[in-house]
Amino acid sequence: MSQRSTPADISFNLTVGLIAGIAILILVAPVLIVIATSFTTTQALRFPPPGLSLRWYGELFDPVRSAPIHTAALNSLWVAGWATVIGSVLSVLAALAITRVSRPSARALEASFLSPLVLPTLSYGLAALMFFSVLGIRPSLNLLIAGHLVVIAPFVFRTTLASLTQLDPALLEASANLGASRFYSFRRITLPLITPGIAAGAFLAFIASMDNVPVSLFLSTARTSMLPIRMWGMMESTLDVRIAAIAGVLIVAILVLMVVMDRFTGLTRRVSA
Amino acid sequence: MSAAAAATGASPVRDAVEWRLAAPLGLTYVVFFAAPFLILLGISFYADAEQTRLGFDSWLKFYTDAFYLKVIFDTLKLGVFAVVATTILAYPLALVFRASSPRMQRVLIFIILMPLLTSVVIRTFAWIVILAREGVINQTLMGLGLTATPLNLLQTELGLVLALTQIEMPLMLLPLLAIMNQLDQNLIDASRALGASKWRTFFRVILPLTLPGWIAGATLVFASATTAFISQSVIGGARLVYLPALIWQQSMVVYNWPFAAVASLTLLFTVLSGIMALSWLGRFARTT
Repeated sequence: MSQRSTPADISFNLTVGLIAGIAILILVAPVLIVIATSFTTTQALRFPPPGLSLRWYGELFDPVRSAPIHTAALNSLWVAGWATVIGSVLSVLAALAITRVSRPSARALEASFLSPLVLPTLSYGLAALMFFSVLGIRPSLNLLIAGHLVVIAPFVFRTTLASLTQLDPALLEASANLGASRFYSFRRITLPLITPGIAAGAFLAFIASMDNVPVSLFLSTARTSMLPIRMWGMMESTLDVRIAAIAGVLIVAILVLMVVMDRFTGLTRRVSA
Repeated sequence: MSAAAAATGASPVRDAVEWRLAAPLGLTYVVFFAAPFLILLGISFYADAEQTRLGFDSWLKFYTDAFYLKVIFDTLKLGVFAVVATTILAYPLALVFRASSPRMQRVLIFIILMPLLTSVVIRTFAWIVILAREGVINQTLMGLGLTATPLNLLQTELGLVLALTQIEMPLMLLPLLAIMNQLDQNLIDASRALGASKWRTFFRVILPLTLPGWIAGATLVFASATTAFISQSVIGGARLVYLPALIWQQSMVVYNWPFAAVASLTLLFTVLSGIMALSWLGRFARTT
């Protein structure tokens, strides 16, 4: 690549560098601005904040005044936890079934298992509401788990399938030739090798459930409120600065989880490979 | 299991056993995913909000009213704008990513994943702080003396596209970075050695070869931007109406479920037509 630079090449490098810089700024700045805003002293959402304080974090953790937020956060954690656990088990089984079959029907099944990733989940949210109401089932956290499960399972399915296709079939053949049963081979060879893939997918699925709006919008009620919907309500009414404090807490939690997940599952390598 | 049985590993019997492992997820999808969509389709054929008469009235009402047709058009337009804006920003960043050291690449991935994993509601909230009358952009412009009165950026299409660009950009970047890293350097070197400028190399070599990654990213951005209910309703406000807000309003405020079902299926078709157009584009580009 050691060629002398022509004016055209210099203009290319400048354009690319400039736009890439703007892209990074646009990606990062909003996150930083929200965190800075959360330490403001005033009621107004001003940037830069006129003074720094922990006032809004105090308000957020106040057990009485912020009780509805706490309930919504616990509901979201409960739903995300169960949807991720059930969704992961079902997705890993399905991925195991599909990698070992090369028929076109398996590819069709793979596409349909991944379809919730691109189909508008908002349409699905309304469909789920109508479905449960036609069946006469009253809204509950269990319905939210079922609704989230369908939408987030593809994340685990996709990463597990990717891990399985990279698995060397010779390992399983060797294990079988040495007399291991299929279940033993699965437990001692397949499962340890695909666990990082499952974990990365489960992490993304959990986050997707915590952030889910389209399904919760229709399936959650005043009794089963979910965090994103509660935050949306806070934004629509008074623009409560506590939202910025919630954002601060969530961003720190995500950062810690990301670093941990990167250590254990190579999350950053997994998404760029 | 004996060695002999393992040697005939690909027998139909073995296939049949493993096929069954897909059943639990398959059944879950049939009951909780496919069945609800059938109910949605069924309800759209009720003629009235009380769901007493069957008929095509809800469909006719939607597709003969200029207002609703404009809502479909605006939703499609918003999706296209988001795809164009994210493409313009993502390609240069992907080129920088390709040229970076492995260590720098990890930092960039972190920068890209961070907003993706931050709740959409929070990212929308961030854009209110940025676009508001007392927000970051207005403070900067007025500080520089570029404008005397604050600009109205909230509740405009421009503000919404700007916010969606940040919100959806990671979805464009991830598939693009993956394919950028697989690109054969020899092809680029060959193009340069034959005297092509960097611009020409980009448009004639890099762009066509990374098109599959762009199509994957564009599909995700389009599907996500057209259904981004919270961003659309909070930043767009009540004056800009898109299909998701219409669905929500008809189902949860007006309680006209058949009409909401029609709007919901329309959103589904809109997104599917966008996805099909993109994959057709991919096939067309490969053959020419």
